[in-house]
This record gives sequence, structure tokens and C-alpha cells, in this order.
Amino acid sequence: MAPHRVLLQLLDTVPGFAVDSGLSDTHAAIVEKIRLPRVVLGLLVGATLSVSGASYQGAFRNPLADPYLLGIAAGAGLGATIMITGGFGDGAGIWDPVPLAAFVGALAAVVISFVAGHIGGRSTASLILAGVAVASFLTACQTYVLQSNSDAFREVYTWILGRIATSGWAEPALMAPYFVLTAVVVLRYARALDVLAVGDEEARALGINPGRVRSIVVVAASLGAAAAVSVSGLIGFVGIIVPHTVRLAFGSSHRVLLPLSIILGGAFMVLADLVARTLVSPAELPIGVVTAFLGAPFFILVLRTSRREVW
Amino acid sequence: MTGIRLIDVHVQIEQTPVLRGINLDVAPGSWLNVIGPNGAGKTTLLRALLGLVKATGSVEIDGLGDERPAARARTLAYVPQTPLIPPGMGVIDYVLLGRTPHHGVFANDSADDLAIAAEVLGRLDLVGFADREVRSLSGGERQRVVMARALAQTTPVLLLDEPTTALDLGHQQELLDLVDELRAERNLTVIATMHDLTLAARYGDRLALLSEGQVRKTGSPEQVLTVESIAEYFRANVKIISDVDGPIIVPTGRT
Repeated sequence: MAPHRVLLQLLDTVPGFAVDSGLSDTHAAIVEKIRLPRVVLGLLVGATLSVSGASYQGAFRNPLADPYLLGIAAGAGLGATIMITGGFGDGAGIWDPVPLAAFVGALAAVVISFVAGHIGGRSTASLILAGVAVASFLTACQTYVLQSNSDAFREVYTWILGRIATSGWAEPALMAPYFVLTAVVVLRYARALDVLAVGDEEARALGINPGRVRSIVVVAASLGAAAAVSVSGLIGFVGIIVPHTVRLAFGSSHRVLLPLSIILGGAFMVLADLVARTLVSPAELPIGVVTAFLGAPFFILVLRTSRREVW
Repeated sequence: MTGIRLIDVHVQIEQTPVLRGINLDVAPGSWLNVIGPNGAGKTTLLRALLGLVKATGSVEIDGLGDERPAARARTLAYVPQTPLIPPGMGVIDYVLLGRTPHHGVFANDSADDLAIAAEVLGRLDLVGFADREVRSLSGGERQRVVMARALAQTTPVLLLDEPTTALDLGHQQELLDLVDELRAERNLTVIATMHDLTLAARYGDRLALLSEGQVRKTGSPEQVLTVESIAEYFRANVKIISDVDGPIIVPTGRT
């Protein structure tokens, strides 16, 4: 398919435009029903994971925070593993129980972390430590379930490594509302996150309630991350690398950081998916492998060349 | 102008009484220096005023009945002893944080906010630093930037926790002179905790000596800073030299 014909075909999908791209019906269907939803899902998942990571880092004032900090990955992994090993689904298709179980597991992990973290006091550190404990516990459960059903090993592992797979528009449609919710809430709190950067006590002296800001931002970011994980598996790295690249290039103000994390996170994921899909074609690489393989050297390059001190 | 009265204020931190029945009256537009040995409760006194610790008793701040944090932050500005400087934040953005209590966290900075920040930067000789990162500045410059953030809050009350500790002698005087000028210009009420007793005697109107969570003495520097009171509460041997600008406290060591 020639690139200009694909562009014309894309234009044709925009309401109000009727263009003849010259593509055959089969090719047109590939563009509209297979490639385009996949690109859109990549944008949504990448944007959500990276803006969630940026929000977590700001809310916890911790450069190593990522969307999986409070056990989302472990909870989603356990939920998906139970479904796959139980033979309830193969992780494909929208009404499959695997993504649903992953979503429930991820949110349950965050809720348990919040409850456990508040028992140990109200400090940020106690919440992070509770998240670490919850993640370890759920990972142990997941490993046990998997060891007991070793025939499902490969299938579970494939799910965990992540992929941007679509069956038509169902996945993007499922993901979009969560992305919008997360983005709207955290962008609204961008300035509050800037105030939070001076520490809880000074933030309070500047008239904001740090505990409330942190809770709202973390809950919004967790919802988005849980949805992303449930449709695409555990894609690592994006939630840390994209926000830090933006910080190194454009500074730490959340009013700049959050919108740029959305744009660059989406772009990075689409690029990674392109590589995952084409490098060993017709087979596909797990996208989690690609994000780390491409992202890590790029990030080290940015780290070496930037003169900003960002953390 | 805003006066402050504390009547029988108690604060406990983890079951340990830190303030034990504080009574203080700070006249509108006056400058009170709070002195006392380490652990006397000086910082806790400021934190109690700011509502950062739970206090019993009565804390009356003129014009402030509303307990919402934003209202308090429009009345009281705070310069902490060791402020947390966020990584990667520029001076102008840091100073603009001081405008938060006026427009809330959901609004952007208005032209007024930018004008106030620019004016404060000019007032504190920081115009050339506006685009620098706060972390890249020296200790003295940082202290001025934190002060600029507090002034950008345009509050009637300024609370300073050991404002001169990180500064050399010249910068100490410069900062305190500036506070004094601003107090005159803007009718500010100032409460500062101070370690240097001679400086505490030269700036401000009154002193309050705190020890073990209680106000032991209040009054003019001559009344509060006596050889006896310094020996009793600071366990220090000093000689006091009278001077027209206030007593000079000279440590003499064990004699």
C-alpha cells in the first residue's frame, strides 16, 4: 500500500470527507479496521501510562514512582493469571474475562495499598511501602498459581509482556473514557502538584490540602493505568522514561510536564508497536520488550546530553 | 494591620508536651523576636500559628475566623528554616507559588500575579535570577528567593523561622534590614525565631524568651537579655555590653 493512498483512505474515514484513495476494499478494510484501531489504542495506552507515571512521581515526590507503584502490575498479573490458567479466556477479544480480571485485580491492589498504608500512619512513605508489600504478596500468589498450572506458562508470560492488540474498535472504545478521565483530572491538578513539590507542610502553609490532592491524583492515575494494563498487559518503562525525558528537555513544571507526557507517551508507544509488529514479521515481538530495548538507550542519551538537574 | 493573641496554647507532639501554656500578645504592625535554647518550642509556636500542628487554647489572628487553609495562607506567610527546594523549578515559578492562596490551584496566574511576582523580585534584587533554577543558587540567594515567595503571598503577617541561620554576617543584616523596611512599607506584623541574641536585640520591637514550652520573659531586649536569664535558660555564660542600638551579648565561656 502506498503511503499517500493510506493517508487518503484515513481522510476518507473522517466524517464529512469522501475521498477515493484508490485502495482495494481489502486494503481499505486493513487500514480502517485493523491498523487504525491499533494505532489509536497505542496512543491511548502510551499517553495514559506516561501521564499516570508523571502524576505518581509528582504526587509522591519520588522519581522512581511509576503507575505500578501501588501494586497495579501485580494485581493485574494475578487476575489475568487466574483467568488464563483456569481456562476462562485466552486474553483476546473484548468480552474475554482476562482483561476484566486484570482490571479488578489492579484496582483491588491499589485499594489494599491505600487501606494498609493508612494503618501505618499517613505519610507518603508508608503508602509506598504498603504498595511494595501488596505487590510482593500478589506476585507471590500469581507465581504460585502459575507454578501449579505450568502448561499455561507461555500464554501467561505473553500476556504479561504486553501487546497492543485490537479486535476492531472495541479496545480503543473501552480505553478512551479512562484516558479522558485520568487526563482531565490530573491536568486540572497540575498546578496543585507544583505546589506539592515544596513539601506537604509548606504546601499546607500555601493553603492547599496535600493529602487530598495526593489521593485524588493517585486515584485518577491508578484508574487509567489499570485500564491500560487490562487492555495491553504489563508494558513497563513508559511511565518512568517518558516523563523523565520531558523533564530533562522541558523542565519540571507539571503544567508543561503532564500535557507533553500525554503527547510523547502516545507517540512513543505507537513507534514501539510499529517496531514490535514489523521487526520479526510475520511474528510479533512483545511490546514490553521493545519499549525497554528502544527506550533505555534513548533515555541514557538524553540523560547524558541534558544539562538540567531534574531531581 | 493584624494583631495576634495566644491564650494558654498547648501543643503535644506524640504525647510529649512541646508548648505548655503559651500566652503572647503581638501588636498589629509590630515585630516580635522569639528566642530560646534548642528544643524550646520556637518552631512549634510558628507551626501552631500556621495550623500545621493541633493546638489547644486560643489562637486569635485578627480578621481570621475562617479556618480554611487558603484563608489562613492569605493572612500568614511562612519562611521555614530549611525549605524544600523542588528540583528543576525556576525562580519565577517558585515565587509565583506564593500566589496560590489568592487564586486557588485550578486557576492560572493572572497579570496581577505576574506583576506582584516581578515587583517582589525587584524588591529583593532577584531580577537577574528570574530564569535560573532555585537549586542552582547559593544559600543566601535561595533564602532571598524563599523570602520572595512569602512576600508574593502579600499577607499582613510574616512568620520567619531562623531566617538568618544560613547567611553570612552581611547577608544577615541585609535580610533583616529588608524585613524592617517592608514592615514599615506594608505595615507587616512580623514574628521571627532567632538564634543570634545580639541580632535579635537589634531588630524588632520586643523579645519573647521561650524555654521548655513556656514563655519565660517578654519585653524589651534590655529586660529580657540579662546575664541571669541567659545563664538560667541557655546555660551560657555571657557578658552584656550596653549599646544605644541594644545590648551586645558576648560569650565568655566557663569562668
